[in-house]
This record gives sequence, C-alpha cells and structure tokens, in this order.
Amino acid sequence: MARVVQGKSRAAPARSPGADVVPRLELVEALLAERDLQPCAGIALRWLVRHAGVERGLCVVADSDSGKLAGLSGIGVAAAAVDEFSLDLEDTTHPLVVALASSEPVAFHSSGHALLRPFETPLGAVSFHAVPLARAAQNGNGELGPGLLLLTSSDDGPVHEGVSWVAEILGVRLTSLWHHRVQMDERRHKRERGWLLGIINAVTDPILLTDEVGRILIANAGAETLLTADEGKSEGRRRAVALNNMLFSASLFTAAEGNEPTRKELLLVDPTEGQDLLFEVLSTPVKIRAGEAGVVSVLRDVTDLRRASEQIEENYRKLRAAEVEARAERDRLDLILNSVLDPILVTDPAGNIVLMNPPAERMFTVARGRRNADAERRVRANDAVFTSFVSNVYAGQSLRWRGELSLLDPETGNAVPTEAISGKVVTKHGEDTAIVTILHDLTEAVEKAQLYEQIKRHSEELREKVREATAELAEQNELLRRQAFELEQASALKSQFLANVSHELRTPLNAIIGYTHLMLEGVSGDLTTGQRDKLNRVDSNARHLLAIINDLLDITRIESGKMPIQVERVILAELIDEVMAEVEPLIARTKLAVTRALAPHVPEIRTDRQKVKQIVLNLLSNALKFTPEGSVAIAIDADASLEEIAVAVADTGIGISEDNQRTIFEAFGQTDGSYAKRHGGTGLGLSICRRLATILGGRISLQSRPGEGSTFTLYLPRRAR
Amino acid sequence: MSQPPLVLIVDDVDHGREICAEYLEFRGFRVATAADGQEALDKAFALIPDVILMDLSLPIIDGWEATRRLKKDERTREIPVIALTAHALASAHDRAMAAGCDSVVTKPCLPRDLEAEVRRQLGAHARES
Repeated sequence: MARVVQGKSRAAPARSPGADVVPRLELVEALLAERDLQPCAGIALRWLVRHAGVERGLCVVADSDSGKLAGLSGIGVAAAAVDEFSLDLEDTTHPLVVALASSEPVAFHSSGHALLRPFETPLGAVSFHAVPLARAAQNGNGELGPGLLLLTSSDDGPVHEGVSWVAEILGVRLTSLWHHRVQMDERRHKRERGWLLGIINAVTDPILLTDEVGRILIANAGAETLLTADEGKSEGRRRAVALNNMLFSASLFTAAEGNEPTRKELLLVDPTEGQDLLFEVLSTPVKIRAGEAGVVSVLRDVTDLRRASEQIEENYRKLRAAEVEARAERDRLDLILNSVLDPILVTDPAGNIVLMNPPAERMFTVARGRRNADAERRVRANDAVFTSFVSNVYAGQSLRWRGELSLLDPETGNAVPTEAISGKVVTKHGEDTAIVTILHDLTEAVEKAQLYEQIKRHSEELREKVREATAELAEQNELLRRQAFELEQASALKSQFLANVSHELRTPLNAIIGYTHLMLEGVSGDLTTGQRDKLNRVDSNARHLLAIINDLLDITRIESGKMPIQVERVILAELIDEVMAEVEPLIARTKLAVTRALAPHVPEIRTDRQKVKQIVLNLLSNALKFTPEGSVAIAIDADASLEEIAVAVADTGIGISEDNQRTIFEAFGQTDGSYAKRHGGTGLGLSICRRLATILGGRISLQSRPGEGSTFTLYLPRRAR
Repeated sequence: MSQPPLVLIVDDVDHGREICAEYLEFRGFRVATAADGQEALDKAFALIPDVILMDLSLPIIDGWEATRRLKKDERTREIPVIALTAHALASAHDRAMAAGCDSVVTKPCLPRDLEAEVRRQLGAHARES
C-alpha cells in the first residue's frame, strides 16, 4: 500500500495556444462523435498520454444516484481495477472527495507529507495529480458531481497545460452526455413504467405494491376500485373502501413476517355492489431499493369459485343423501316385500318374472338342492297359469285386474285356490312397464267362510233364544206392571173403602149417639138412675168407637199419602198455650203439676200447625193419662244452629219397659190393654204421632224407665219438608 | 111474642132426621124436614126457614147442588146453611164451603152440639141483619 500525500499542484506553465491546435480539434471531434461516457473518457486519457506528458491515468466520476465516486476509464491501469474503484462521496474528509470540490488540480506525493491519512488508488503508491473535471454550465449544482482525472506524468513538474484543457472539455462533454443519458433513461423509464402499468392494469386481479408500513405505492385499476375512493364518491363507497383498507392492512401486517410468499384468504366488500368478495391474497415480499422492503400483493377474486365449490359440495352432499335415501327406500321396499306373507310378483311386458318375494318363490320356484320331479311339474303348472293370467292383464284395458287362479302347492300338491290382483305400472307416456301381482291364498278364506256360516248359525240360535227370553221378560214385566197397577188400585180402593167404611160406620154411630143423648137429655121423659148409667155406657163406647174410626181414617190418609199438609208460620209458645187450654178440663181432674218452659232463643218455625198441635195434644194427653201423681213438664228448646226445635213432654208416670218402648209406636201398641179401657185411648195415637212427625220432616224419641216416668220429645225442622 | 125459629132439616136417613127434629122441637124450635135435595129446595122456597141443616149425600139433588141453588136464589140467599155430613175427610168440608155452606158439622155429633151451632148461626145472622 502506497502512502500518498497530497500537495498543492503547481500552476501549469502557459503554452502558446496554436502549437497543438490540430490534435486538440481532433480530440474535440472525437469526443463529440462519441456518445458514451466511458469511450469519451478513454479517448481523452489516450490523448493526454500522447500530447500532455501523462504516463498513466484514471477517470473517476461522482454518481449521485449511487453516492459513489466510481472508476470510469483508465489508461495504464488494469480494467478490473478501474471497475473496482469506488469511493463513498459522503466520506467528505477523504482527500479525493475534497479534491473533487476544488477548482484547481491537486498534487499528491508518495512521500513527504504525513498529515493526511493513507488511501489507495488503482495508480498505486505513486505521486499523482487529481484534476477536477469541469462542470457543465447548465448543471451548476452538480448532480453528476464532477469527476477527477488522476494522472501520473513522467516528470514531476506542474500539470501540463493540455491537462487542464482536457479536464475542461472532457468535463463539459461528460456532463452533457450524462444529462443526455439521464434524459434518455427517464424517457425509457417512463415508457417502461407505462408498459408495466398497462400490464398490471390489464390484469383484472387487483395488484399492489406496499411499503413496509403498508402504504400503497402502486395499485392497478382493480386494486384502486377496491382500496381507493375520491372525495366525489358516495359515502357508502368511501366507507367500504376504508373498511377494505383496514382489512387489507391487517392481512399485510401478518403477511409481512418472513420472506416467503404467503397465501391467505381475505374477505372484502365490493364498494360498488356492496356484497362480500372473497379474495385469495398472494403476498410476496420484495426489495424496493437498498434497505427498503415492500410487499407485492396479488388479489384473486375467489368468491364465485368458492360459491361454485360450495355449490358442488352441496350438490355432492345432496346426491349422497339422495343415494342414501334411495338405498333406504329400496331396503324398506325389500323389507315390505319380504314381510308380506302373500306372494308378490313383478313381471315385465314380455311376461318374465323380474322380482318376487319369498312366498312367491315358494310357489313358483323349486328350492335349490331339493330336486323333485313332482315339485318341478307343479311349479311349471303354476307358472303357466300365472303367465296366462298376466298376459290377459296386458291385453286388457283396465289398470287393475282381479282373478282367481287354481295353483298347486309345490311341496304337497294340494290345490291352492288363489285370488290374484294385478296392477299395471304405466309410464307417463302410457306405456306398460311392469305388472305387479299380489296373490292371496283363499284356502283360509274358504275355511273362514265356513266358520262364518257356523258362527252365523250359532248367532241366529242365540238371537232366537234372546228373543224368547226377551219376550218372556216382557211378559213378566207386563205382569209386574199389571200387578203394580192392581196394587195401586187396590191401595186406592183400600183408601176409598176405608173412607166409605168410615162414612157407613158414622151414620149408625150418629143414630146411637143421637138417640142416647135424646134419652139422656130427657126428650123421651125422665130416666131412672140405672137407665141413665147404662145410657152413659152406651154413649162412652159409641164415642170410643168414633175415636177409633177417626184414628183409622188418619192412618189411612197418611199411608196413602193423602194427608194434606198446610205449612204456615207457627209460634210454638202460642201453640202450646192452646193445647194446654184444651186439656185444661183433663188437668183439672188430676192433682198433677203441669209446667211449661220455653227457651228464649226458640225461633218461629214453618210447619203444619194442626198436625203439630195434634201431636203435642196427644203426647200431653198421654202424659196426663199415664201419670197417677207427680208432674208433667213441657219444654221447648232449639239446637245451637236453631235448625231443629224440640218439644219435650216429660212425666213422672208409670214409665214404659224397654220391650214395650220398641213397639209403642206401632198401631195398637199400647202397653196394657186395661189402661186403654180405663183411659179411653184408641191405641193408635202414638202411631199417628210418629207418622205425622215424619211427614213434617221430624221425629219423635222416647226415654223412659218403668216406675219413674217417660219423656217423649218431638223434634221438628225449622222448615217442614 | 114472635114465633120460634124454623129449622129445615134435610137428611135422607130417617133416624138422622128424627133425632134432629125431635131434639130441636124439644129445645123449642119449629122444625120442617125434607128427605132429598128437591124436597129441600121446595120446602125452603115455600117456608123460607131461618136456618137449614143440610146433609150432603142426598138423592135426586145432592146437598152441595141444593146449597148452590139456595145461595143463588134471592129468597133463600140469606138463610144460613149448616152442612151435616158423615164424610170425615177435609175435602168434603172444603167442597161444602165452596158450595156456599156457612159451616160444617161432622156426624156423628151430639144433639147438644148441633143446637149450639144452630143458635150460633141464627145469632150471627141476626147480628148481620
């Protein structure tokens, strides 16, 4: 490595301008004829060697695009060394870069000065001059940056005057050519860019290039439609575009990882139509320029593809389902056919059996491995019969056909009466495609018919028997009805009879009582005491007889339901007073204490006043009759609900034994006949009382002990039923 | 001195008529008798009695019908009619009252009670007129 030092070059000595005019003109001519930078530099260097004492030389130019000072051409220097030369223009302290900005040639010496740092040139470690190239006038700010001629010369003297001249005209020429080239390049770039845009726009798929942060650098028409919208566009479209941008950026962000192309799906919105569009995005990372990465994305609209693919999937699925269903249908049909116990056969128009179920097989085929001449003959016979029937069906017009066939059981040879029902399967065009025949074994039906006849006969017999029994029943019913009617009539007759008896008995009794009284009143003159006594006995017995007749009449009326009931408001206290007033003469004849007690809360009741009075009168009369001494107490009370009222007649009389308590309410149930005679009772009173209480909805109870007395209690409802 | 009241006794049974007639005459009444409904009407119109004792079950015209006719006629309308019957049923009483009888006495009855009823009807009639 040579140590090269820099020093101020001495000014070249002036030369007479006319000495080398011709070579200079030739150089100028050559330079103008050449259009490329490098040959121009080569020509100039060669000229310098020939005419300006230069030994070796190198032309370097600053390229603002690359920011380098690069070798352009050399003479006496290896071409590779020229190409390899490169110096960073930003290294502003580099002696060559400094020299570049100088307007004078700068001399570098291989020794002597150690002030500057060492550097290499393709010229090697020799002293040289760095001569700045002139700048083109129109390019004062030096985009092409200036260049340098690095020259060594045989003498160590100042720079040859020709060198400065060449540096000037070469600089001008290079600058000019440079600009020309730049313009050409720009034009070419423009053209090529137009082509590229033409190409990418011709692609309907959206294509775009984005930088590292996702900004769109280039987009084709398709991409612009999706991702850009002017102010003038509708609000909906702008929104859709904004949404698409967001979605696309998000997808890029994930795609940007790594250097491999990525493929992914992206759902965007069609800004024009508004519907969803499914894109397949192929994103490929690219280098835009040094240190700047980007992504090229190609979007392929796969919406229709996806839809078509889904449609195909759907169709396939449907097809599969239909196939499964068809299979299931066939299986079901098989199942049905096989489970039907009747033979079923399907025949084609030629009369061939194309399908039959197991029962049909039994009739029309011989089981394999059971070769049997008889069976085969019977099967053939069956086949002939069946074929004949089916051919009739084909010949016939109607779609359904019914017939009876005489088949043979192939196994047993028994005749099998069979009913055949055939149906034609007809296509839309009216062609017969098949005949389905169902055979039905009538053997059972025949048996059933016989059985049915038998049952019918039995049923007929049964019906006859039922008819007889019904008639008998009707007869008995009629008899019963007649009996009931007769009974009713008898009952009515009985009532009438008793009424008549009563009337007929009363008339003579009236005579007896009447005449007796005429005599007792002295109408027929005075009577002796004996006569009076005897007439009084007649009167007493006649009245007893009358009482019995009256009571019998009452019982008859109650029993026949003809006792009229007249319900009215009844105040029991008043009623008891009336009763007591009526029995006053009876009371007066005894020494009994007769008391009456009325509970304060006893309400009015609704009942038949006369009937209640009759009952109470009877009970009180009985108490008075059967109580030799002591007291008789009447008490009226009501229960808590005030719905039942009790009238109790208690005496301290002779009482009634338990046995007699059971019969005392029956007709003529008086305990002791002698009492009846003594007291003139009819023996019907209590019987009537109990019956009357019942028809008023009440009842009579009895509590008694012989020798201590009796209590008869009449219970009445607040309202008579 | 005015004549005693005249009682028309209507009964188809001889002893029935006899007992009443004999007793009421004995008790000071004037008595006329009839044995059937027609005779009762004839005598009533002819004699205009002060009170009528009317049996109900009568030949020719029964007591109910005879009473209705008496009560329809102006001459006899005011005469009290006491029904006298051996029918003990309430329906017989109701029918008698409906026919126009002023009261009902059931046979058998004591002659004394019958006289009391006659006097009661005469008194009531006297008070009314």
